[in-house]
Amino acid sequence: MQDPYNPAWCPGCGNFQIREALLMAMEKKGLRPNQIAIVSGIGQGAKMPHYISCNTFNGLHGRSLPVATALKAVNHKLVVIAEAGDGDIYGEGGNHLIHAMRRNPDISLFVHNNQIYGLTKGQASPTSVRDLKTKTQPFGLLSEPLNPLLLGVAMNASFVGRGFSGDVERLSELMVQAMDHKGFALLDILQPCVTFNRVNTFAWYKKRVYYLEDHDPFDRRSAFERAMEWGERIPLGVIYKAKRPTFEEGIPFLLKGPLVEQGFDLERVKEALLGKKEGPGG
Amino acid sequence: MDLSFRIAGEAGQGIQTIGELLVKTFSKMGLFVFSHQDYMSRIRGGNNFYQIRISERPIHSSQRSIDLLLALNMESIPLHRAHVKPKGMVLWDSSRSEEGQGEGSLGIPILRMARELGGEILGNIVATGALLGMLGFELEPFLEVVKGSFSEKGKEIAEKNERAAYAGYEYARRECLTCSFEVCSPKGEEKRLLGGNEAIGMGAVLSGVRFYSAYPMTPSTGILNYLASKAEEFGIIVEQAEDEIAAINMVIGASYGGVRAMTGSSGGGFALMVEGLSLSAATETPIVIAEVQRPGPATGLPTRTEQADLLFVLFAAHGEFPRVLFAPGSPEQALYLTNKAFHMSERYQVPAFILSDQYLADSLWTWPGIDEGKILYRDYRIREADGTYKRHRFTQDGVSPLAIPGIVEGLVVTDSDEHDEEGHITESAEIRKRMVEKRLMKLLHMREEMEGPTYLGHRSPKIVLVGWGSTLGVLMDTVETVNKKIPCGMLHFSEIWPFPVSKAQKAFEVLKGAIGIGVENNATGQFAWLLRAEAQIELPWKISKYDGRPFYSDELSEEVLAYARSI
Repeated sequence: MQDPYNPAWCPGCGNFQIREALLMAMEKKGLRPNQIAIVSGIGQGAKMPHYISCNTFNGLHGRSLPVATALKAVNHKLVVIAEAGDGDIYGEGGNHLIHAMRRNPDISLFVHNNQIYGLTKGQASPTSVRDLKTKTQPFGLLSEPLNPLLLGVAMNASFVGRGFSGDVERLSELMVQAMDHKGFALLDILQPCVTFNRVNTFAWYKKRVYYLEDHDPFDRRSAFERAMEWGERIPLGVIYKAKRPTFEEGIPFLLKGPLVEQGFDLERVKEALLGKKEGPGG
Repeated sequence: MDLSFRIAGEAGQGIQTIGELLVKTFSKMGLFVFSHQDYMSRIRGGNNFYQIRISERPIHSSQRSIDLLLALNMESIPLHRAHVKPKGMVLWDSSRSEEGQGEGSLGIPILRMARELGGEILGNIVATGALLGMLGFELEPFLEVVKGSFSEKGKEIAEKNERAAYAGYEYARRECLTCSFEVCSPKGEEKRLLGGNEAIGMGAVLSGVRFYSAYPMTPSTGILNYLASKAEEFGIIVEQAEDEIAAINMVIGASYGGVRAMTGSSGGGFALMVEGLSLSAATETPIVIAEVQRPGPATGLPTRTEQADLLFVLFAAHGEFPRVLFAPGSPEQALYLTNKAFHMSERYQVPAFILSDQYLADSLWTWPGIDEGKILYRDYRIREADGTYKRHRFTQDGVSPLAIPGIVEGLVVTDSDEHDEEGHITESAEIRKRMVEKRLMKLLHMREEMEGPTYLGHRSPKIVLVGWGSTLGVLMDTVETVNKKIPCGMLHFSEIWPFPVSKAQKAFEVLKGAIGIGVENNATGQFAWLLRAEAQIELPWKISKYDGRPFYSDELSEEVLAYARSI
């Protein structure tokens, strides 16, 4: 499944492990490259599909979710994954994220969250810590960080999880769980930015992260508590799950099969549409 | 016979209900009908009107002067009375005021009669019956329309409505001693009607649209509503997006996924889609966009009309790439050009626009029904391709094979970044140059598919009116009037981009010895600018209207004649 490639990532970047985990997850799922479509936006993380053999739509900054939602709707046999960075999906695409949680399309969103802007060279991201000083935040960052997991639990998103790029094996397991989940799965992936984030380093994460045990993801109250946990200890795993119908399940004619395979019979449409009188005249 | 009526009152009073009952009734009689709507951006109150023109011959526009004003409230009388012709009449509700309205008016206690007949809700039917009575038409066709409209609500309600129609009709016949309208009811067949938004929706369904996503915005929402009403029957996913950015990205995702997809908005919403437009161009993903104009800048006049987004839509988005732009002049053209937009969009893998406006969107025209032979349908998608497939392969004409991901064996890879033939990111100067040329090369063949302007009017005109888009009908009716006094003709463009340069230049040979007047529903003469830039054709004079209202053919005729006299 692996293509010869020449990634545009910095040596030591967490993206390498995320890619490794993704390849592992696809292998575990037994998927052929043409059964998968990865949709991404803009950023270093969004370049992922170019380094994986699969159908690829590398679109605009922040806009992966509307593309992925519609792609899944017209061909629900495809496994659709959106790959995004924290600036991409929590900043530019924030509105789409909220509404994807509402719609619940059967797609997975893997967020490469390094709490900093890499490609534009070191500005604060929506998940950066308050007071972080950068070239563009001379007084330090004046906003509180966005908590994507808490947002997910609050929105009753049907799958909310967190992984860590430093543990490829467990990350790939979480990716499989997200892909197996029927509905919208948000997997926030913590990763160090070796070039621009001097605070949240590999060692910083390594000291703090732990995997959830004996946690019932369907218990929303407990999910809220786990989602708020950040600092000395940072939980990993599936934080929250909700049983909800998917977007595609709400469209009655998709029961017949993927829309893209349903064909178009012009003669039938002509007869049905024009056979009877149209508009206020009829 | 050529009669115009205006039904005026507050929003929420039933203006549209009466208007629709009347156009249905006249169509049933076999008459040609033209109607348009003028309404304010509010749900209740204000002053709105619905204007209807009827004739036994084809008509294509509204007139400023009216024969009959139906005033549903007292405020409408001073607002519209100046437009009532000297022999015209005002029909008003005398249960709203004790004060008489003088000569040329007939007061009918509409609300009081409605209450006596079973409720105020019957007022619309009483008023419609009275209007038909004043004109001297037979009541029977209206009773049939009423029966048809209310039969589902039970016998009792249907009968109440029929009685109300009869009561209004009889009252007017009895009381209107000065009514002297000359009417005729041709024995012709019942006519069909088609509205601008509905036509775009129908054109989309007939083109195989399977995905429509939009954010509600006046005056484009009618397309969203129409397609939603057809969603289940024709298997169309219709999704109200969180914003226009999501709408266009969804449409691109659906089209990448292998189905025909479309979005619609007005200028402000389309402004948000501009980045997505560029994405469709970079990834060569076919999409269709309906832009139903209203006056700007910004929120402008939300429910009114203007043709001021032509150059915006033509030049929107960063980077250089081909696009298709149609500006239909009638609902009928809107239907066929929507179909052609889907056809060209998929054939050349480019974004295609339907540029309409509020006037066209909310107009109803009598139309002869569809000419099925005019519907173009060819599926350009590829369902079989092996591992050697390249989404953006260099070809002779710049059009690469358009395969469906997951259906073909090969991988479908595309990128908003500049990409190589496979669709992967590249920064190679050489590939970049070839990709730009590949995309622009398509313009050559696209231009050949564009029709030139339509010429109508005198064989050797002294004056030629030049217009585009929704002014078609106004120009047609104006030319007919002006031609009675001076030789006049018109050139109308509905296929705008890629600009049909040679066809336009050939058509403009008619201008030799004539004066061209650009007629545009905007302030700056955007089409005249385009004509100059693309075909080096100058129009020495222009008539512009930018008060948010459409042209009326009687008004335009006077303006053209005044100009002709001045030269």
